Amino acid sequence: MKLTAFLSAATLVASASTAAHAGDSSDPIVIPIHNWSSQIVMSNVVGQIFEQMGNHVEYVTTDSQAVYESVRLGDVTLEMEVWEGAFGASYRAALEKGGLHDAGDHDAVTREDWWYPMWTKDACPGLPDWKALNDCAHLFATAETGDKGRYLDGPVDWLKHGKERVEALDMNFTVINAGSAAALWAEIGSAEADKRPVVVFNWTPNFAEAVWPGEFVDFPVWEEGCDKDPAVGPNPDALYDCGNPTSGYLKKAAWDGMRDKWPAAYCALTNISFTNPQIAEMAKMVDTDEMEPEEAAEEWLSANQAVVEPWITSCKG
Amino acid sequence: MTSVITEVPKAQGSAAPRATILRLMLGLALALTMAQLAGILPAWLHRLPQAVIPPTALFLDRVFDFVQNDLGLIYVTRFIAEGPLEFLLDTSANLLEGKRRWPNLGPIPWSATAGVAAVVGYALGGWRLAALGAGTCVWTALIGQWKMAMQTMSVLVVAAPLAFVVGLCLGIAAWKYRWFERVLKPFLSVLQTLPFFTYLLPAVIFFKVGPTAGAVATIIFAIPPMILMTTLGLKKVSHEVVEAGKMSGCTRWQMLRHVYIPAARTEILVGVNQVIMLCLAMVVLTAFIGMPGLGAKLLAMMGSFKLGRSFEIGVTIVLLAVTLDRMSKAWVVKQPQHFEKGTPWWVRHRIPLLGLAVFVGFVLLAQLFPILGSIGRKQHFSQGKEIDVVIKSFLALDGIRGVTEWLRWFLNVKVLIPFRNGMLAIPTPAFILMVVAFCYWLGGRRPAIFGAVFFSIVALSGWWDRSIITLYAVISAVALATLIGIPLGILAARSEIWSRRVLLACDTAQTFPSFIYLIPAIMLFGVNDVAVVFSVLIFATVPLTRYTVEGLRTVPPEMTEAAEMSGSTRRQKLLSVQLPLALPTMAVGFNQAIMFAFFMVIIAAFIGTQDLGQELQRTLAGTELGKNFVLGLNVSLMALTFDMAITAWAEGRKRALGLE
Repeated sequence: MKLTAFLSAATLVASASTAAHAGDSSDPIVIPIHNWSSQIVMSNVVGQIFEQMGNHVEYVTTDSQAVYESVRLGDVTLEMEVWEGAFGASYRAALEKGGLHDAGDHDAVTREDWWYPMWTKDACPGLPDWKALNDCAHLFATAETGDKGRYLDGPVDWLKHGKERVEALDMNFTVINAGSAAALWAEIGSAEADKRPVVVFNWTPNFAEAVWPGEFVDFPVWEEGCDKDPAVGPNPDALYDCGNPTSGYLKKAAWDGMRDKWPAAYCALTNISFTNPQIAEMAKMVDTDEMEPEEAAEEWLSANQAVVEPWITSCKG
Repeated sequence: MTSVITEVPKAQGSAAPRATILRLMLGLALALTMAQLAGILPAWLHRLPQAVIPPTALFLDRVFDFVQNDLGLIYVTRFIAEGPLEFLLDTSANLLEGKRRWPNLGPIPWSATAGVAAVVGYALGGWRLAALGAGTCVWTALIGQWKMAMQTMSVLVVAAPLAFVVGLCLGIAAWKYRWFERVLKPFLSVLQTLPFFTYLLPAVIFFKVGPTAGAVATIIFAIPPMILMTTLGLKKVSHEVVEAGKMSGCTRWQMLRHVYIPAARTEILVGVNQVIMLCLAMVVLTAFIGMPGLGAKLLAMMGSFKLGRSFEIGVTIVLLAVTLDRMSKAWVVKQPQHFEKGTPWWVRHRIPLLGLAVFVGFVLLAQLFPILGSIGRKQHFSQGKEIDVVIKSFLALDGIRGVTEWLRWFLNVKVLIPFRNGMLAIPTPAFILMVVAFCYWLGGRRPAIFGAVFFSIVALSGWWDRSIITLYAVISAVALATLIGIPLGILAARSEIWSRRVLLACDTAQTFPSFIYLIPAIMLFGVNDVAVVFSVLIFATVPLTRYTVEGLRTVPPEMTEAAEMSGSTRRQKLLSVQLPLALPTMAVGFNQAIMFAFFMVIIAAFIGTQDLGQELQRTLAGTELGKNFVLGLNVSLMALTFDMAITAWAEGRKRALGLE
């Protein structure tokens, strides 16, 4: 394991590791790890890139919301996955207080919206249109929701505005908030057994796509200002009467001190950018192929040398 | 319960004014509620208007800001975290899991650790404990979790001894100086009931995210029982022993070192046992703030819906907990060994020598056979996917489905939702009156006054509705747990074997990481209150069953014999002799069930709730320390109200029954 890392390091950037970062501090770069696979593998990939450049790297497990405070304080050096939807609020709050900054976007775009697993479509063939979904609302009814359909939204702190949308579009649904991503998976997993129709909050890129094929519900297309100006969107009197943007950002964030302390690594960080298929592949290596994240990162790196090399070489001295 | 109350004369006060006061309070509460239901109650009597709620959170934020930056506390804590604490953690991490730090010796081969565990187990409790110790290590290694388990242990081997030392010192200080004890007591009570979310955030800010914050949060969580047990033990030291020490001319230090502490050994070691158990309980929760190892892996596994692997990690944690628990308990019972004068040193120290030999032997063997050093991914025996299939197909059985569907409908529609709406409909002052009346009825004047003060603070915090929803989940779960746990305990207490089996099941249920319950709970019942109550219920049943078994089995045999001689049936014996005598102990269990329920209901925020836990979970994101504390204190104050009332009752009963 160590050997392959070493070999790939040697082949990849034999020259880079000597010349590039005379200026980089020998203190470890601390990379946070959260509880979903793509982020863990991506962080390991980036960590191994930094190691190839001659830096020391350490990983620390943290909560994905609490991490921004740690980046701000410099306890953690960077964050690889800032999702516009899920973490935008925490990120912007930390940004305002100062201490961290935007280190560029990934090529990957994110989408977060109402989603259903494929078997739901058998029961409600008009999908993915949202009006068809609304006509099938009774299929999603449960004991607690009476004759209204039940939509399982993400945790409240993700601020998904499911309730507002149901009201704005006058839908026949009750919005229930799950407490965690794990709760969403458990709900889908339990529905899978008897192919019960469900509609839940979901996002892409995500491991769930590989486990349960499914589709997003097509809501009225997102228009700029849909969340601020009631006039925008089909309902002239309400906010949130559109679907979410289909291409939200996926950012990297860095501690302000990183630029000066590890200039070469910082330069590489700003260059690094992953695409949706790359992220999906990283997640798959762990979620479906049962690899450990470090091994997955090594394997990914050795298979994608051509992608990684320019990120590093352009940062040479 | 009523029949018992009639049998024993009241310990204090005459009954008449007490009943009048109770009737008055309940009558007033009822009148207020009726007025609310009739729609004639002014709004400000139903809920406190927003205007009168003091900005406690803002004020606390200022205080924290002042302490953190102006007083510079953060520099002190950061110095501790980045200096000595990090050094200790790095050293242990190097030895156990091979982190690249001084002294660069590790990782210790798993087989060597297993060997030492066996020797320690043998020394403390013979072959059975030796097998348990070695077996746990072998399981962990074979299942491919050795490195993670050692990452966890590398923090615990620092946190547990620190908690022990600090707890011991504070305990001694509390025993020595009465004023100190009086100051410390309320802090400890709050600390024991404060939801863990509340101190995760300060731990991150003051002690840096990572193992340091994990260690600090663990220490804070584990310390209260150590302090309490130390003080208790020292207070119980008998006069004869103290006199003997004084007569042999001990100095004050010698008195402490050679007289008091050895005499209080048992209690202190029980404290150690508690420290170890609480440290293990925090393994998963501290993963939110950087604790590496099993907990972090568990969260990652649950995030990608891998039930099998999560379950295996849970088993490892239980095995570690049971091993350490049994070993430390064996240490409590084991009396120090004394040797005759002139015994050669290698006989006196044969156990440490054996341990050393085994250790060195395995380290050397591991050089020859790498499999004894570490087990790679392709060599381990994890059955994650297979267990996944088993769990999922079990949960999908038609029988199970049918039952859970019905339960979900019945509990939700007929029980929980009406109960919750009922509780929310009660006006704030009426609710406080009811709580006070309950405390007064149960525990007398003192708990009633505290209850009034505590619940008024909750009302003034501005989170009344969420507090009531929290309380609703706790009451529902504890009520159900009582229905299940007490009969279970009564049945188990009939025979020695079943008692032991049920107590082992209790240990397992208690140390199995509560996070793992959440997923099956959701799969069975969906994201709703039934799943929340169900997951709290599992946790709350444990102490009820445990203390019922222990209460019944410690009924003095002369009492049961007397009952048998007077020809009572088994039923009569149980109802009129055993249960009344066990009731004070069972009350302790009931009290613990409530405390556990308050603990678990906050974790249930991960299922999806609308209570204080949800708000607390939300504060993890930001830096709202003030709000975080207000929410945490609400949970703590409600829990303490019940704690005081029940404890007062149990103590009164014990005195009345002459059990003390």
